Amino acid sequence: MQYDQSVLTRTEQRIFALRTLYSRAGYRSYRMRKFEDYDLYSKNKDFLLSDRVITFTDTNGRLKALKPDVTLSIVKNIEDTPSELTRLFYDENVYRVSGSTGTFREIMQMGLECIGDAGNRAAAEVIDLAEQSLGLMAEDNDYILRISDVDILTLLIDGMTDSGRVRSEILKLTAAKNTHGIGRLCADNEIPAEKCETLVKLLGLYGTPPDVMPELTDICRGTEAEAEVDELADVLKDLYPQGDAAERKIVMDFSIVGDTNYYNGMAFEGYIEGIPECVLIGGRYDKLMKRMKKKSRAIGFAIYMDTLGMLGRTAGDRAIEEFFDRQQ
Amino acid sequence: MINVALPKGRLGEKVYKMFEAAGYGCEGIFEGRKLVFENKEAGIRYFWVKPSDVPIYVERGAADVGACGRDILLEYEPDVYELKDLGTGFCRMVVAAPKGFRDESEYPLRVATKFVNIAQDYYSSKGRDIDIIKLNGSIEIAPILGLSDVIVDLVETGNTLKENDLEVYEEIMDISTRLITNKSGYNFKSTAINRLIERL
Repeated sequence: MQYDQSVLTRTEQRIFALRTLYSRAGYRSYRMRKFEDYDLYSKNKDFLLSDRVITFTDTNGRLKALKPDVTLSIVKNIEDTPSELTRLFYDENVYRVSGSTGTFREIMQMGLECIGDAGNRAAAEVIDLAEQSLGLMAEDNDYILRISDVDILTLLIDGMTDSGRVRSEILKLTAAKNTHGIGRLCADNEIPAEKCETLVKLLGLYGTPPDVMPELTDICRGTEAEAEVDELADVLKDLYPQGDAAERKIVMDFSIVGDTNYYNGMAFEGYIEGIPECVLIGGRYDKLMKRMKKKSRAIGFAIYMDTLGMLGRTAGDRAIEEFFDRQQ
Repeated sequence: MINVALPKGRLGEKVYKMFEAAGYGCEGIFEGRKLVFENKEAGIRYFWVKPSDVPIYVERGAADVGACGRDILLEYEPDVYELKDLGTGFCRMVVAAPKGFRDESEYPLRVATKFVNIAQDYYSSKGRDIDIIKLNGSIEIAPILGLSDVIVDLVETGNTLKENDLEVYEEIMDISTRLITNKSGYNFKSTAINRLIERL
């Protein structure tokens, strides 16, 4: 059957482009065909962006939910084959509370998951696809994939304090790159100055992986996180076979903080110039697999298709330049 | 170009002077009723906005950078980077009460405040039951009229409290002005933003 691509909406065109990218990379489409028990989401509510879920009672009396997330369902339903690699992608509507209105919204989400024998080679492949996805979505705008390593951050912070309260405050300050706040918190809680300085230095790192890795190695030498730096370097060697950063839109930034009950290792976030919020979020979630009694490892990402609607109509530089042009 | 949201008023003027001294001046910024100014050579634009709106402009990407008090950041918890303590706009967040007040009641403490989240967090950390009364201004009058037992508010010199027969009952935290940036915009203007921070 022939059809005219111009009948597709912009969102449909984007989904079409991403489906093509993922299919060509060997990923197969996954479709959620049933409602999950509410239990699945309530037991893993910290994994979700919001713990508010739309529930309903099914005809058999079971409490079900409209999906707030797709990854949990994939993890639950997929066969546990730790020696094989399963590559999946999905585009599904999810139901979440909107931050601005506080009411539920239907949001189109596209995502990709690598599950099973998902080691460092799979991590590099997923990061590469995340970067390509941003390139496809960005149109003529600049874009950046920020990558971090949750284990490095967690190990350094665990070495600073035993207090859960202080730890969670450090994580909050880390996510805001608030190094002056970290300095004060460390002083107030008698955390050794050298440990505080190591974290502040880590947060000061921002640049391409080939530029940042030597500094990261220096910062983490002799710390709890030393071995994790080697793991990270092993992932990156696939992305930078010649050690050249010029062709990639990747920066390292250790202010990405994921819930450490679920995430470990690589974490990443994608941004497109002109969209004030994160459009892509992903990372390794071996810990979630373990919580769900699976031996497989896993890494993946999700793209919030609704945020892409802000492209071209957002505030900021373009709007202000037009304002000044009109005044002249 | 870096777009900067400045809080209207005395604090914003102080912060602007810091930017000016760092080489980011902008002619005519205090003249007339215009709200938007730019200096193309210095690569900077300023907007005057209501102080409590600064994080909204930054979080939504209309401004790359903004200056606002720690009180506003703790109250609204915007998803932004907090890159520098500007070392100005010092004051304290306190619990104030009529002179001689003692919190010995078995009933929930009636707290009047503009800062609902800060007050709730503070009393929750102390395990004290409270009844929050959200007001938008003239908070000091609430205990006088018996509307509340105490207030949670910002105090700079303490003169307003004194004149209304109130005194500081407990200190909650020190406040100063912070430089914040949009989390997305930072990725695309990090060199210019970091240069600005170094010069401030």
